[in-house]
Amino acid sequence: MFTKSIAELSQALQTKKISSHELTQMYLERIKQFDKKLNSFITVTEEHALQAAKKADVQLAIGNANILTGIPVAQKDIFCTQGVKTSCGSKMLDNFISPYDATVIKRFNAAGMVMLGKTNMDEFAMGSSNENSYYGPVKNPWNLEYVPGGSSGGSAAAVAANLAPAATGTDTGGSIRQPAAFCGISGIKPTYGRVSRYGMIAFASSLDQGGLFAKSAEDLALLLNVIAGFDENDSTSATIAAPYYATTLNNSLKGLRIGLPKEFFNEALDKDIANAIQAAVKVYEKLGATIHEISLPRTSLSIPAYYVIAPAECSSNLARFDGVRYGHRCDAPKDLEDLYKRSRSEGFGKEVTRRIMIGTYALSAGYFDAYYLKAQKIRRLVAQDFHEAFKSVDVILGPTTPSPAFKLGEKTSDPLSMYLSDIYTIAVNLAGLPGMSIPAGFTAGLPIGMQLIGNAFGEAKLLNIAHGYQKETDWHTKTPEGF
Amino acid sequence: MEWETVIGLEVHAQLSTNSKIFSGASTAFGAEPNTQACAIDLGFPGVLPVLNAEVVNMAIKLGLGIHAEIAKRSVFARKNYFYPDLPKGYQISQFELPVVGKGYLDILLEDGTSKRIGITRAHLEEDAGKSLHEDFHGMSGIDLNRAGTPLLEIVSEPDMRSAKEAIAYLKTLHSLVRYLGICDGNMQEGSFRCDANVSVRRKGETKLGTRTELKNINSFRFVERAINYEVERQIALIEEGGKVKQETLLFDPAKNETRTMRSKEEANDYRYFPDPDLLPLLITEEQIEKVRSHLPELPQQKHQRFMEQYGLSAYDATVLVSSQAMADYFETAVVASGGQAKLTANWVAGELSAALNKSDMDIIDSPVSAAELGKLVLRIADDTISGKIAKTVFECLWNKEGDVDQIIDKQGLKQVTDSSAIEALIEKILEANPQQVADYRSGKDKLFGFFVGQAMKESGGKLNPKQLNDLLKEKLASGA
Repeated sequence: MFTKSIAELSQALQTKKISSHELTQMYLERIKQFDKKLNSFITVTEEHALQAAKKADVQLAIGNANILTGIPVAQKDIFCTQGVKTSCGSKMLDNFISPYDATVIKRFNAAGMVMLGKTNMDEFAMGSSNENSYYGPVKNPWNLEYVPGGSSGGSAAAVAANLAPAATGTDTGGSIRQPAAFCGISGIKPTYGRVSRYGMIAFASSLDQGGLFAKSAEDLALLLNVIAGFDENDSTSATIAAPYYATTLNNSLKGLRIGLPKEFFNEALDKDIANAIQAAVKVYEKLGATIHEISLPRTSLSIPAYYVIAPAECSSNLARFDGVRYGHRCDAPKDLEDLYKRSRSEGFGKEVTRRIMIGTYALSAGYFDAYYLKAQKIRRLVAQDFHEAFKSVDVILGPTTPSPAFKLGEKTSDPLSMYLSDIYTIAVNLAGLPGMSIPAGFTAGLPIGMQLIGNAFGEAKLLNIAHGYQKETDWHTKTPEGF
Repeated sequence: MEWETVIGLEVHAQLSTNSKIFSGASTAFGAEPNTQACAIDLGFPGVLPVLNAEVVNMAIKLGLGIHAEIAKRSVFARKNYFYPDLPKGYQISQFELPVVGKGYLDILLEDGTSKRIGITRAHLEEDAGKSLHEDFHGMSGIDLNRAGTPLLEIVSEPDMRSAKEAIAYLKTLHSLVRYLGICDGNMQEGSFRCDANVSVRRKGETKLGTRTELKNINSFRFVERAINYEVERQIALIEEGGKVKQETLLFDPAKNETRTMRSKEEANDYRYFPDPDLLPLLITEEQIEKVRSHLPELPQQKHQRFMEQYGLSAYDATVLVSSQAMADYFETAVVASGGQAKLTANWVAGELSAALNKSDMDIIDSPVSAAELGKLVLRIADDTISGKIAKTVFECLWNKEGDVDQIIDKQGLKQVTDSSAIEALIEKILEANPQQVADYRSGKDKLFGFFVGQAMKESGGKLNPKQLNDLLKEKLASGA
């Protein structure tokens, strides 16, 4: 049952082959059995889950259910969940029980879906390996000595190991796509503004976007309709109506114009990954697509621009964690300054502290123009690159990452090389565009991710293109051994 | 050595919306601490601000009221600093692109001339909460009810040259925001707060002196005292060979002095940057025109009209338009008085205002209605009573002893206009004072007042003064 797609699970629930309670119990059992190895959950909400499953079963019994009623889902611990610990992977919020639900959580609840628990993540979503979590690193289910990617590492590992059929993630510079690639599953980061950020703890507000992990594009299409759409609580959410994504999944790819950015295929790219992407291109050609070399000349500038803008916003967003109203407070503060200093230095981990300091510096008087303003200019140029490219192609295709998952501890002492592993994903966030990562092969037993980048609000097209590939290949159906 | 004072003012006007600028929580004053702060006001993780559309209309109103450019596109920015009553660690404000640009306000000076004070800008921002330092045994209490209350910060040019001008500007602005209905102007509750930038320079010097900023001076009286104290302090300092330091000062009204809050070196670097949670604020020409078409008559226009339509002096007009309620009261009273505008103005600005001040009352709570005051003026004008007797009637009206005519009747205050009765009384007085009559007739003209006084005393002040004068002159002359 746990290898079934969401459409199949839905079918089983609707035809009463299984109850939501049984299905939920099965996933809870699997979490108990396997998560000691993976550490993909921070909190398992067993009681909540079984109650929600019972409610879903009532809806299913009286014929009041929709297609996703009773389907379990794991939530990244960055989404506020009422009455449940919402830690954001940080000691700072280890004691924080949210008094409200994020809009994304509300919408899952309204759809009758069942939350299994809150997944592990890099602290405040800052990291590319899930090693920055206060709750310890997550292991890659394909090889427990390797990282699952980050920051949404817990969600990706949980879905890859079939501890949940789907999970949420957030993506500020690649935090959905990179772990999806490392864990061999499908992930989507929608267009900025497509999914409400209300209740999603902010890292870098102008880049953060909530999204999803599942085993296939088909599953993602069903799930995306739950969370996409305008939210009056988020001024930056888009008013454009979301189409029903499942209806266009099987559209023909004949005549599809695929762009391959030449900057993505240089010597830094792992050979096996390059070959896997070329093989995928062949599949698309067979489906009637045409292939075009394009250029995104400012790709290399996106990392420095990102590492000014994201820390700048984070330095301000994380100022609220001051030990005054909630979260970690140091013991017996001497005075106000002592309260701030100790609460914050005890509550935040190293990477978060580093980024707050970088961001504070970049916004300071005398440096603002040289850093923040310049980075914003580069950001516009990066977006312009994509804008130009989409004049001649319908989708941009390339690797999600330059190399497969790396070993735990391999890059922790070298933040710069860690930052560089996001080279292909970061520009997409700067431009606010939708991106996906889907499995496209293996190298030395580790999954390879292929990235698809769409035009703004082109999620339907992206899912259609990904689904077309998954109908021709079976990479997305592979399960790691031992799970 | 002659010195010139230079003053610029920053006013924080709290906008009178029902809910906060970025959340749906109530803005009502005086609730139990922390009962009017929602997750957004408390800066909980994950919350986002959504702009209250009403504050935009209010900003447009102010912009139109001060003849300013209204920005078609303005931007909310974060002002970053740590303080316990600032929940997010930043205040959402406007920095480089404010909603209201350059404008001006004309103020009336004591000598009757008017002066134009430039306004640099006005921008929208959220208020912080309050820190409470008493009753917490060495700790501080935080009340976040006020956090997120909408403010318009209105920044003037350094155009004022004395504390008196500063007060005139503040009063004019205070009256304007109340006319516009965007701020209740309650200074005790902090709805209208003022910071003053003060510097001095030698007369003739064109460069500005180093300024100090006086924080949170929350009554017109304190503004004047604080500025005057600070001006004297700066002059004395320079004359002794010292230098003014750029710093922020707090005025202590109890000690009548200013003291340092923080120096320039200690000033925060606020690290302003555009708030990524809010879209730029876009205002269309249609929106501005819609607001303009619903604007009430503003104090300046009303002032002009009162002078033209009622023939009032600039001073009377200024007093009468100082609040919408006062102006409305006056106009209602004028109608009831049968059009006696000048006399009505004297009564509203004089007797009535004095009585209200004495009992610390607002004109809308006046025990004497506008219609009754107008009637009283009418009774003076139609010679039913004299101006002096009218003061007695006014007192009765104030004490709710009946309406004007009832009071006049009941107390027999009606003026005597029957000339035979007046003549009889005059004769009686002349007979009783033969020596004074003789003296008058031999040239002591000044004794005329004596006879008038006697007659008024005898009649209880009810004689028509003009008739009395005429008849008395006649009688005194005829006996010669």
